[in-house]
This record gives sequence, structure tokens and C-alpha cells, in this order.
Amino acid sequence: MNAHEISRRSFVGGVTATAGGMTFGFHIPFDANPAHAAAGAAGAAAPEINAWVVVKPDDTVVIRIARSEMGQGTLTGLAQLVAEELECDWSKVTTEYPTPGQNLARDRIWKDFGTGGSRGIRTSHDYVRMGGATAREMLKLAAAAEWKVPVGEIVAAESILTHKASGKSASFGQMAAAAAKIEQPKGVALKDPKDWKIIGKPMPRLDTADKTNGKLVYGIDLKLPGMLNAAIRACPTFGGKVTSFDAAKVKAMPGVKYVVQVGDNAVAVVADTWWRAKMALDSLPITWDPGPNKDLSSAAIKALLTEGLTSDKDVFVGNSSGDAKTALSGAAKTVEAIYSVPYQNHATLEPMNATAVWTADKCEVWCPTQNGEGSLAAAAKAAGHAQNKCDVHKIHIGGGFGRRGSFQDYVTQAVLIAKQVPGVPVKLIWSREEDMTQGHYHPVTMGRMVGGLDDKGNLTGLHMRISGQSILSVVRPEGLQNGKDPVVFQGVAPNDPVKPTANEHAFCYSVPNLLIDHAMRNPAVPPGFWRGVNVNQNAVYVECFMDELAEAAGRDALEFRLALLGNQPKAAAVLKAVAEQAGWGKPMPDGVQGRGLAMMRSFGSYTAALAEVSVSADGKLKLHRIVAATDSGYAVNPKQIAMQVEGSFVYGLGAALHQEITIKNGGAVETNFDTYPTLKLSEMPKVETIVMPSGGWWGGVGEPTIAVAAPAVLNAIAAATGQRIRSLPIKDQRIRA
Amino acid sequence: MAQLNVNGKMVQVDADPSTPLLWVLREQLDLPGTKYGCGIAACGACTIHIDGRATRACGIAVSSVTAQQKIVTIEGLSPDSSHPVQKAWLAMDVPQCGYCQSGMIMTAAALLAEKPKPTDADIDAAMANICRCGTFVRVRAAIHSAAGTSNSKG
Repeated sequence: MNAHEISRRSFVGGVTATAGGMTFGFHIPFDANPAHAAAGAAGAAAPEINAWVVVKPDDTVVIRIARSEMGQGTLTGLAQLVAEELECDWSKVTTEYPTPGQNLARDRIWKDFGTGGSRGIRTSHDYVRMGGATAREMLKLAAAAEWKVPVGEIVAAESILTHKASGKSASFGQMAAAAAKIEQPKGVALKDPKDWKIIGKPMPRLDTADKTNGKLVYGIDLKLPGMLNAAIRACPTFGGKVTSFDAAKVKAMPGVKYVVQVGDNAVAVVADTWWRAKMALDSLPITWDPGPNKDLSSAAIKALLTEGLTSDKDVFVGNSSGDAKTALSGAAKTVEAIYSVPYQNHATLEPMNATAVWTADKCEVWCPTQNGEGSLAAAAKAAGHAQNKCDVHKIHIGGGFGRRGSFQDYVTQAVLIAKQVPGVPVKLIWSREEDMTQGHYHPVTMGRMVGGLDDKGNLTGLHMRISGQSILSVVRPEGLQNGKDPVVFQGVAPNDPVKPTANEHAFCYSVPNLLIDHAMRNPAVPPGFWRGVNVNQNAVYVECFMDELAEAAGRDALEFRLALLGNQPKAAAVLKAVAEQAGWGKPMPDGVQGRGLAMMRSFGSYTAALAEVSVSADGKLKLHRIVAATDSGYAVNPKQIAMQVEGSFVYGLGAALHQEITIKNGGAVETNFDTYPTLKLSEMPKVETIVMPSGGWWGGVGEPTIAVAAPAVLNAIAAATGQRIRSLPIKDQRIRA
Repeated sequence: MAQLNVNGKMVQVDADPSTPLLWVLREQLDLPGTKYGCGIAACGACTIHIDGRATRACGIAVSSVTAQQKIVTIEGLSPDSSHPVQKAWLAMDVPQCGYCQSGMIMTAAALLAEKPKPTDADIDAAMANICRCGTFVRVRAAIHSAAGTSNSKG
């Protein structure tokens, strides 16, 4: 059997099958039956101490991870949290995913599986650590019972239990079976952060080795016995439907087994191999009903948003203090600027895919997902079965960035296809073209900024008008607040002056007269959560405009910002950190023509960036150096944070410099990386990351740095050229006059 | 029936002649370490070696590869992950999601075979692979580490 081939038992037996004893090339989907669950992943030989911790007789510690690893390092970070409290030997730690079906069967014992919003650690650190601490206490209680000594005299360290007075000791593995039978103690105290030995350390990732030799199985690699492969095409016009297709034209092509409609808007070919399915799909005549959006274009969307910049219609206030309009009309000097940010596709390098097998009484899915519970719900709905008759096996993810969380369209499609081929596992893979044109895109917005300065150059009033698309109104309308989409105001939300870290998306600057509002304008292009979400464009608007205001006031861009950050000392601290390290105010290194700053608070963390750039006479941009600072409160793994910061510049600058989804005839124009270019290694400068955890709260790290990447570079370009870019992406705009 | 030399073994493949080598490797030879990312030879996730040269497998029809040409995939780069590039990748924790990394490693290995002491300009030119997680800073550092050269961008 191939490493990536699953034994037939795993799905023929369905969700009640015992997974023990099977050897897969990836995490074993362990037993879903709660009656068997106490026996743990590898059967009776590996006792489950509690839901989070399994200790095998050979002392291997299996830590259960509910959130999804997609490159951001959460698997390692969450394991560090459990291991810290468990007092286990880090070298013995492995991980596995419980399935959402098991979570359902056990009353959501692992709580939320959702992995987005940089929430993996910051919304689960307490109960995950408690899982480790409780398991440790159970091991100690078991030892105390066996040795007949007080539990308080037992020390657990490095996977060894020791009783000094009697000289007794046992490994966790030796005591695990007894510990599994102990009733879980309540209210175990968590360690004081000053005593952490694993949290806060740059532990190597637990999942690297198999990523260097091709052994790691991604969803797209899955292979089941008897499996067929499906290629799909959905209507290229948003909101359009299938009118008809001529299956007879391709039925005789090599390998083709079935041609099926999927929902009302897609057609799939099922064949022995995916390549043959795709070949047949490319030859399949399909007629589409393009529906109501067939005339939608980028120009029409721009007109809609431009109208919203000055309109009073469908406007929602997200943050206000004082009287901004009066302050602006009475200002000694006003500054105005209009910015725009386009649609972006996630473009995960592993395209959407899912494998499903459906029978009349159950359904199983294997897929990369940022939200296993969401995948289960989508699978059950498409299958027409109750959720407890279905399960989802999470497979390692080749990039998520928000695409595979709230949107389970690929799971729905896989199940709808599998349902038409009962009992046969079908793997659906989207082509890159499908992935680009069936996205849930970073929403399009424009920002109109008007600032008022007094005669001393102080900012007395600010009006920020966001015009554009609301994600929640399409994706989660129940999250709207009297029509207002609070997500639009990420990074510019009201500040809590008493507790500056309280609002994870607070606008950090204190402006006496402030108005931040949103003219909701929703084009019929599917919007989605895209790594960094609305902070990204809000940071461009705020942080570029801060530079424009400072320039108009004749003040230094750093000093101008710091003067407004009296209520947010941690925001000031990250700014000062990058400025100091880069030598702000001092002569620039050879070849550098401009420096730019940016700062933002988002997803609970404070981030700042400083970029050094040059622009050649013919307008070619070169990034020389980036200095970035992050204060995430606690820093679970500083090395992972550095990796997320580095990667955030690639993702954020790829968007700012190169990428745009344009709309024509109601669909996405760009279909592949030739027209949607990403940032390349050759463009990437060195990144100096300052991880400066000040403690006391838990901030995210996967997204916050994205937002400061673009404005830092745009401000540096303006410093270098005297010319300001306000419309993204830079793409083919001339950046030096 | 095509005859191919893959990872040191001769194999028979019954594939439509126009099938890209990528899909023959993935679907017929059970070598899924070589990844599909774009299908137009733009992203480099499918990079393999043909006679030692980094080649994008999605853009090559199986019929255009002869039995004399030596194909090496990530699975065949070393028997035990001991290639200097693999060791440097592990030591520096280069991968994030990891999906592009087979292609990255194969591209880097071919670069070092051709230029054992690459400059940053050499690395810039060779490493045109797409990585959406953004591992470039560590990719560059790991190549320098494997080659024992200094990193002017580090």
C-alpha cells in the first residue's frame, strides 16, 4: 500500500469503524465512537488521559489539535501550550487532529475548530493549557495512588514522575493507563508565565521533516481504493447557472465515467484520472445562463464606490468622537486624499479540493479545511444526512489565507458529485483557472480621507469615509448590527482609553474630532475573508494619510504619529522600535532613497514596519530592507512569529505591487498566475523582525503584519520620489514622474 | 506504452501521449510529492529534474520524455532526506504550508548542482517559484547554508 493510500477499512466501515492498527501516511483519523474514545488513537495500547493528551507506553505524547495547520505554525504553538503544562519531554511530542464528527459526538469537547482571524492560539490558550495541566495532575494522582504517597510530593518533569522521599519514579507512559482511569480534577492552576519553559521558546516546528521529502499528504494527494477523480466548471459569471451540457460529446473520451451537474451552477466530469476528467471537461459543451450580473465590470464597480465616497445613503458610523465635520470646516488647513484597493484572490497554491464517499446512510469527506466543523455541516447538508451520520477528516492544507474557512463550496460540490456515484470515493480538484474565477475575493473598497490641521500643525479633525463592500452582508448577515458591518472597521474601531489592549482592532490615534464611517456598496462579486481582511485597506488609508498629514503640517512622520499615540503606549513602542533599529532620522544607507513607516493594531497585536526603497529613473521599485516589530502580548514561539512576519510582507506586498482581480462581463478576468503575479523571491529584501512581547494578553500573529506592509512601502516610495501612489496595485503605474 | 526512468527505476506507463508528465507522476506512478499549482509552468510547484536540470513537469508531455532521460522527483532526491538542501531546509524550518517546497527544493538542488557557490543574483534568477506563505527569506538563507556561502540579504 502506498503511504498516501488509505486502507479501504477507513471508509467502508464508515464513521463507526475502528481506526486502530491502520498505518496511513498522515494523521490517523481515530475512533469516532465515544464508547471507544477512551481507548485512544491506537486502541487500548494508548490511553487517552483526557481529550487533549494521549500517552503511549513508549512515552510518545500525542497532543490533539482542534485548529488547522496551514503553514502558520499553530500546530506547533498549540502543542507547546499543552506540553508546557503537561511537563512532558518536548522531543516525545506528536500531534493529531480529532475529527469534527468526534467533536460533535463528544459534546464539542475540543470546542471551536475554526482557524481564521489569527485566533488559533489567542482564543484557545486557556482551555488548551488546562487540558495539559489536568492531564499532568491525573498522571500525578495515578502515581500517588500506586505509590501510596501524597500527590503533593510528586514532581512531574520531562515526562517523568518522581517521588523524592521514596525514590520512586515512573515515566508518563508507564503511568498513562492508570491515569486514564482517574477522574479529571477541576480547577487545576495554570503556570505563572514567568515559569514557562516551552512557551516563549523558538521550538522547531513539528511538521517540517515531511515537507522536505514529498511525504506529507495534502488533500490533493489523497488516494483511496477505487477512487475516481472529478474536474469541475462552475458558471464563470457570478450568480449564473447551468442551462445545458452535452455529455454525449465526451462520454467516449478515455477514462470518462460520468458527467454530472453539480448544484444549479456547475458541471463535473468524473474519470479514472483527474487529467482525463479535465481533458473531457475542456471539451464539454456547456451553455450558461449568465443571470443578472452579466454586465458587471470593474468600471461600474468603481463608479458605485466613487458615489459612496460623498453620499449620505446607506452610511454606517463605526467610530466617532467630538464633531469632525465642524472641526474640519474650521481648520486652518485641510488635506484630502482618495485611495483605492482592488479585489484580491487568495490563490492558495494548493487549489480547492475534497474527497467524498457517499452512501444512503452516511458520508465521509477528506479535505483541507480551516474549519472542520464548517466542512462537516456543509457535507451533511449536501449529503442529505444528519451530521452524526457524516464525518470529515482534516488533511494538511496547502495554504488557507481565509479561503477554506467560511467557504466550504468545494466540500459541498465534492459531496454532491459523490452522491451521484454512491459508494465510490470521488476526489474533486479545482483547476487553477477554477480557483481564480470562483473565489471569495478580498472586498473592494475606496477610502476618502479628510484631515484638518490647526495653525500649529496639530491634527484637530479627521473624517475617514470607507466606501465599498461588506463581507458580512453576504457571508454572515446575522453578524450585521442594525445593518452595520463591524468587520469593515477592523483597525479603526473605537479605542478603550482605560484598557488600550481591550479592543483588538482599536484605532490607536487620539484625534479630538473623529468620524469613521462606511458607505456600504455591495457589487455582486463574492467577498471573503482574505488574510488580514479589512485591516489591510484601512491601514493603507490611515497610514498613508498620516504621512500626507505630517507632510502638510511640516512635521516628521514619526513624531507626528507619536504625538497622537498618548493613549496607546504599546503602539508607540512598536513604532519607536522599528524607527530606532532602522536609524530613522539618520542618513540612509547607500542606494536607499526613501524610508516609510506604518503602524496598526489588529487581531489583538501591535505591529509596525519600516521600509527602505529606491526607485530608478525609469520607475523601477527596489525594496532594500524591511524592519518589522510585533507586540502580541505573549509570544508563544518567537521563531514562528518571525516566519509569519516575513511571509506577511510577501503576501501583503504581492497584493500591493502586483495583484488585482478585475471584473468583466460579471466574472473574474484573471485566470492564472500569468495574469495574477505574486511577489517573487528576487523582489524580497531582508526582513529584520523585532518580536517584543510585553505580556499580559494574547494577540494573533498570522495576519497583523500584512496590513503594515503596503503602507510602509507606499510611504517609502513617496519619500523617495515625492510622488504618492493612492490606487493599488502599483502594477504598471508610473511611480516616478 | 511509454517507458520512463524515474528515480533510478525503469517504469512502464500507459498514458495518453499528451498527458503532462506531472499527472503521470502523480496519478499513475504514485509520486504525489510533485505538486500541481498552475498547469502553465508559472509557479514551479511541479519542478523535477530531467537529466539534472530543473524542469516544470506540468508543461511536458509524457511522450516527449525518452527512456534514456533520467527523471528525479522529490521522492528520489535522496533516500533519507540527506541532500544538503533538504538538511538545510529542515535545520532552518523553511516550509510554512509546505506545498511549494518540493518544487523549491528541487529547484535549489539543481541550482547548487550547477553552481555550488551561488551568489544572491544566481539565487534570484533561479528561484522563481511561487510561494504564497512567503518563505523566501528562509529559502535564500537555507540555500546559502547548504552551499556554505554568505547571504548579502540576510
